[in-house]
Amino acid sequence: MSQINQDDKVKPIDFSTKAHYLTKAFRSPFYSRQEPLNHLKEWGRWADYLSPHAYTCSGIEYFAARNACTVFDLTPMTKYHISGKDALPFLNRLVTRDVSKIKPGRVGYCCWCDDAGQVIDDGTIFHLSENTYRLCSQERHMDWLMTNTLGFDVLLSEETHNVAALALQGPTSCATLKRMGLDGIENMKLFDIRHFNFEDTQLMVSRTGFTGYLGYELWIDPEHAEVLWDRLFEAGNLHGIKPMGDEALQMLRVEAGFIQAAHDFMPANATIRTGHTRSPFELGLGWLVDFKKPVFNGRRALLEEKKRGHRYNLVKLDIDGNKPGCDSYVFTKNKKRVGTVTSATWSPSAKASVALASLEAPHGKPGEELLVEIYYQKELKWSRVMAKARVVKEVFFDPPRKRQTPPADF
Amino acid sequence: MTEINNQIVIIGGGHNGLVCASYLAKAGKQVTVLEAAGQVGGAAITREFAPGFKVSAGAHLLFMLDKTVCKELSLESAGLSFSQQNMTSTALAEDGNHLMIAGDSLQGANISSADQAAMKEYRRFMNRFAGIINRLNNRIPPRVGTKNRSDWIGLAKTALDVRMLGRDDMREFLRIAGINIYDILQENFENPLLKGALSLDGVLGTNLGPRSNNSVFCALHRLSGLQGMAVPRGGMGAVSNTLAMVAKQHGATIRTSATVSRILMDGDRVSGVELQDGEQITARTVVSNADPKKTFFDLLGARNLEAGFARRIQNIRMRGNVAKLHLALDGVPDFNGLNQNQLADRLLIAPDLDYVERAFNHSKYGEYSVKPVAEISIPSLHDDSLAPPGKHVLSAVVQYAPYQLKAGWSEEKAVLTDKVIDLLAAYAPGIRSQLVHKELLTPVDIENEFRISGGHWHHGELAIDQFLMLRPVPHSAQYASPVNGLFLCGAGSHPGGGVMGSAGRNAAHAVLGAKDIEGENS
Repeated sequence: MSQINQDDKVKPIDFSTKAHYLTKAFRSPFYSRQEPLNHLKEWGRWADYLSPHAYTCSGIEYFAARNACTVFDLTPMTKYHISGKDALPFLNRLVTRDVSKIKPGRVGYCCWCDDAGQVIDDGTIFHLSENTYRLCSQERHMDWLMTNTLGFDVLLSEETHNVAALALQGPTSCATLKRMGLDGIENMKLFDIRHFNFEDTQLMVSRTGFTGYLGYELWIDPEHAEVLWDRLFEAGNLHGIKPMGDEALQMLRVEAGFIQAAHDFMPANATIRTGHTRSPFELGLGWLVDFKKPVFNGRRALLEEKKRGHRYNLVKLDIDGNKPGCDSYVFTKNKKRVGTVTSATWSPSAKASVALASLEAPHGKPGEELLVEIYYQKELKWSRVMAKARVVKEVFFDPPRKRQTPPADF
Repeated sequence: MTEINNQIVIIGGGHNGLVCASYLAKAGKQVTVLEAAGQVGGAAITREFAPGFKVSAGAHLLFMLDKTVCKELSLESAGLSFSQQNMTSTALAEDGNHLMIAGDSLQGANISSADQAAMKEYRRFMNRFAGIINRLNNRIPPRVGTKNRSDWIGLAKTALDVRMLGRDDMREFLRIAGINIYDILQENFENPLLKGALSLDGVLGTNLGPRSNNSVFCALHRLSGLQGMAVPRGGMGAVSNTLAMVAKQHGATIRTSATVSRILMDGDRVSGVELQDGEQITARTVVSNADPKKTFFDLLGARNLEAGFARRIQNIRMRGNVAKLHLALDGVPDFNGLNQNQLADRLLIAPDLDYVERAFNHSKYGEYSVKPVAEISIPSLHDDSLAPPGKHVLSAVVQYAPYQLKAGWSEEKAVLTDKVIDLLAAYAPGIRSQLVHKELLTPVDIENEFRISGGHWHHGELAIDQFLMLRPVPHSAQYASPVNGLFLCGAGSHPGGGVMGSAGRNAAHAVLGAKDIEGENS
């Protein structure tokens, strides 16, 4: 049987410097730079970390991400380091897609299920080097990952606190990084990973993000977090760089059609009620399921589901009017309730009220006309509108620059 | 292709594997049984442990053999016979004032008339409740939460069985089924010897003390054979040899000294097995009589399973807590107050309930009992094939002896052996001078000799949470495993341990009715 070892290369965290016992939350390694920029002085919580909802105004931050570039602190995102002889078979049994197709130096999107074929979380696999991977996700999964090590020779450790990370997203992000001195950054393709020498340390850059636009994620040891922030803002000064909080990110990711655990689906291992979880097919992630693999968690159940048909469809809705349809019921034109909106926003770029919704199958075919029951408040007075909505196939914001290599300069 | 489809490999020639082989061969399948040991039988064997002395090395009494299996496979006409049947249980007292328990009648030990009356009532309801379990034994367990018709019928049948007990008995059944036997015996009886002896029904072969919950359930399971205690002529090996003979008559091939080292996979289904010497045997169906941990982890490999299922298998409670003592004696042992006829009874050392509970206490902390309990049989008194003339063999189940002994078994084994002989000497003072040879099997020895993970006789603790559709774990409790073509047929599956053969029979039915979950590459 396999032994679960802590990777001895990972440095233990010195909690004495974190003052987390005073704040009940960690301060990000970027805190000293975030704090003066956070004009609202409001902090939210992301996992164990303080994380700003917005620094100034989520609207301004949103437009900066779509028209210039923004810096979002990714450090709280859960990060696992997986290495050892069986790292690949371990990951291949864990997630539904074929991980062998993610070559060293590449990133792949994935989701993973329990035995019942219900999605536990989605995330990204970074193939750092031969037999060495980083798995990033929204939720914490140490227990499930450890369960998965049975029979595999892998080293598994959590490195959330050991890696400082920033997302630099927006059309001027490439230009900013080039100005910061990352030669050849423009040649990175979507999902590429590169390493750069930076201030006597190594800066890892991946062309990834959660905004659906040109963007990069920057990974560095926490000791160099502040200098990275400083150099980035120095270089981005003429490119309209701004710090960005979580509220703007939510608008961006819904526009881009990205789902998020605990918003658009319940993590299966944290869900008590039967029927409240979703399979990959029910989240539009069927393309991530590779039945050619002889074994992966959920395979048997998903094969059965394929035969039986699935219960739900996750769809994108284009809703009439300008009221975001958060938490709304979705009805057919005959007023039959067929689902709920899971995420919604006003999309300034698409000039539309857009949403992700989970509908009972067979509802949700592109073009289907539905009604969304939206409650909204104006100065304490509530109103209700049954807004017309259409199921759309394409994401609401999908500029060519997202995939261009080298990306068009700005 | 048809020929390959027809081929079935059974891993392990224990009694369940052999029963399964008979049924499958009868149905026209081409069955090969692969037994790692030099003889068939698994833990139901007779073997020599000293020159001229033979003993049932694992199980030593037969009381649960499935009557349906007996009938359908005509075991008695195939030569299965008994040297003893409907044995009396004798609860030994150090002063020689023993208690004889024969069915519901009690004798000796100054037993009160109240106890005698209570015993009749106790046997009545225990046998009635055991009947419910008996009817579950030779069914494939229904699954819970499906829309499948046969699952619903199976569940309804059991519910109806319970309802048909009538109001009072149903209430009593539901009250006691999950609790401990200590309380039940205290409620019903006065005599300490009687209570001690009856408590063994709930704890023999398990990791339970009389005060552990599930001990009533274990007693009911033990009684669910609805038959008396018996000793097969020639020892337990005779049962296995008869089963092997019947299997061969039906056309099964049985190979001994053929150790399976792994189960082979082709995509998402089994394709055969590989033996230790490298030989590969192709089969689209592999049925494992090995315990679930051995089957899924050692033979198949955890990485061929989905993680939630693997975790469940890992969490099966199966650590043996029983040692087995074999003594070769150069004469009839002289137990205080027992004549030679009584000596051939099932002899119990469990003088009172607290004695048994105290014996169990040690095992919770990784120690063996300072004063163990024992179930003793001297089969050679009625079977001269087991020992040279005038000499005898004594076989004893000894509790408690934990698999994970804190001090380790290498040196402690000899100490425990001596302690158990001392214990016997308290009842049979001359026994030490009659010793020709002694052998003690610790749970570790049992693991090694019979290839049972953790040395647990029942291939997993018998408990309500490891029974029926939960045995060994959900998604393999209907004998089909989550791996296409791989089935379980051993005591790790419903209805569990004891030499029954029901699991083997049920598994055969499951194999014959099975369908694969078809993947894109299968």
